[in-house]
Amino acid sequence: MLQRVARSTIVDAPLERVWAVLREFNSHDQWHDVVDTSRIERNERGDQVGCIRAFSLKDGNRIREQLLALDDRTFKSTYCILDATVPLQRYVATITLKRVTDSNRTFWHWESTFATPPGMERELCDMVATQVYEAGFENLRKHLRRGNDLRQGTAESPAMPTAMAVASRRVVLKSYGAPSVLRAENDEVAAPKAGEVRVRQRAIGVNFFDIYLRRGWMPDLLPLPGVLGMEAAGTVLDVGAGVHAVMPGDRVAYIGPTPGAYCSVRSVPADQVLRLPAAVEDDVAAALLLKGITADYLLRDLGRVTRGTRLLVHAAAGGLGLLVCSWAKSLGAEVIGTVSSPEKARVAREYGCDKVIVTTNYQFASEVQNMCGGADVLIDGLGDAARDENFAALARRGHWISVGQATGALKPVATSDLVAKSLTFSRPVVFDYIATRAELVTRAERLWTALSDGTVRKPPIERYALESAELAHERLEQRLTTGALVLTA
Amino acid sequence: MVRVYVSSVVDTSADNVWSRIRDFNALPQWHPTIADSRIENSDASDRVGCIRHMHTRDGGMIRERLLALSDYDYQCVYEIIESPMGVANYIATLKLTPITDGQRCFAEWSAEFDCAEGRERELTELIGNGVFQGGMDALKRHFARR
Repeated sequence: MLQRVARSTIVDAPLERVWAVLREFNSHDQWHDVVDTSRIERNERGDQVGCIRAFSLKDGNRIREQLLALDDRTFKSTYCILDATVPLQRYVATITLKRVTDSNRTFWHWESTFATPPGMERELCDMVATQVYEAGFENLRKHLRRGNDLRQGTAESPAMPTAMAVASRRVVLKSYGAPSVLRAENDEVAAPKAGEVRVRQRAIGVNFFDIYLRRGWMPDLLPLPGVLGMEAAGTVLDVGAGVHAVMPGDRVAYIGPTPGAYCSVRSVPADQVLRLPAAVEDDVAAALLLKGITADYLLRDLGRVTRGTRLLVHAAAGGLGLLVCSWAKSLGAEVIGTVSSPEKARVAREYGCDKVIVTTNYQFASEVQNMCGGADVLIDGLGDAARDENFAALARRGHWISVGQATGALKPVATSDLVAKSLTFSRPVVFDYIATRAELVTRAERLWTALSDGTVRKPPIERYALESAELAHERLEQRLTTGALVLTA
Repeated sequence: MVRVYVSSVVDTSADNVWSRIRDFNALPQWHPTIADSRIENSDASDRVGCIRHMHTRDGGMIRERLLALSDYDYQCVYEIIESPMGVANYIATLKLTPITDGQRCFAEWSAEFDCAEGRERELTELIGNGVFQGGMDALKRHFARR
């Protein structure tokens, strides 16, 4: 006759936390005192249905058990004994967790049926009930109380899905204003929802756009309290339901479209996430993904820059500026840049800028006209202070592409301003050039290829700790930086 | 389909709680929002298929049919035939499970139903917090006093 043993208890922890331990079939040697050592055979994962754990007990007995069913929806795990030095026959056990909704605790039911040799029924039922189940309840409580479950996930063990919140640092904006409004604080990031990927971020790109948001120019895009940041790179911690394109452990990067990257852990929609080639480091990806894709559509789609195009680039020694100079030079363009210091002029020249104008008061039009007879394409991140000079610097049929307004909001450009020289004015947003997954992937691949084959030279990257976001903003705003900036987490 | 689920721990045996809630006509004795109850057609209150006809304390009329009763699983399932809540295809389950360590039991009360679009949150709140949690709290208070 089959014996049945059932034991149940209440654990003072949220269901997600208890399940994160119990769903891992090979976790019992970490929390159950009767288990000495355990391993999963054939190098399978501990949540692979069908996997086998081979373990020894402290009393010397040895057992092999197979995972028969695992259900993340009803929080149920079923397993059986394959071989054992204890005489439990046809042993099948089920662990079920249920939520205690009015106190955020967990109901845990552990049940099994098995046969025994004649006369051993009582002894074995007692053993299973007390030494395995009841002792297990106490041992897991102790494991959770000590926080041992939170210290998992070291480099050598493959990261398992942990359906629980993890600690994060984030830089929060509680009011708009000067760089000093940027303050780091502790945060918790919930498990990824369906379609999401939770990323342990290593590097976060800093863009001039972040400064506009910080100043409160676009409160609709960044309501308070808010977190800045449009791009980052790191490693996938875990994925939500229905995500198959990336796996835990993959190195990835992403761009927006909503701010929130200034943090160490973030969940983002899986369809925004790009797997990184091995050759592209996290900080390079975070520093250059948004700027590189911007350079790609500016030169290729919008500016149609080819051999002989006279291209004028403002802030030529910035992150975007150096990418544009270097890429445009490879395309055969005649590149003229403006910068704010002789040191930056030297860097811009190194990256392919043919002629550099050093100016701190945004006077450059007559020099541009003298050098090349006017610009066919102008890539402008300066905004209003350079408005009149921009018009004057453009050649007949020139194209002014406004991608930023570092000096202040650009006053509206009237069609009558354009008619004198048959000018074109564009005000693009990067997200319209990566609106489909295919476009995003194509542009990113073109960028990584261009960086690896030398078509584009990698700009210098200045690194700041996440805690020093304030300093990074100050320096970027005061035009003290060269190349791209990242925050490291 | 909207689903509401509430669960709690009552500090007495499942047998004790079951003896208080098993009677399909006994809701006024243990649930604070129900004023009166009778079983239609003079049926026995543990006859599967019987209908309880109740009034809430604020005067609303509710008719519910017993669909399943299990003394083995400590479980009862019922549906709403008529109520002022504006729900359709409403089926609820009330279930107890013994907790083997200590004199206590795990109580679950859940329902599935359809409703007009936009009312999901309001009804989830009313049923989950008002009806189900209200009942759980009353049971916990009752058995704590003993």
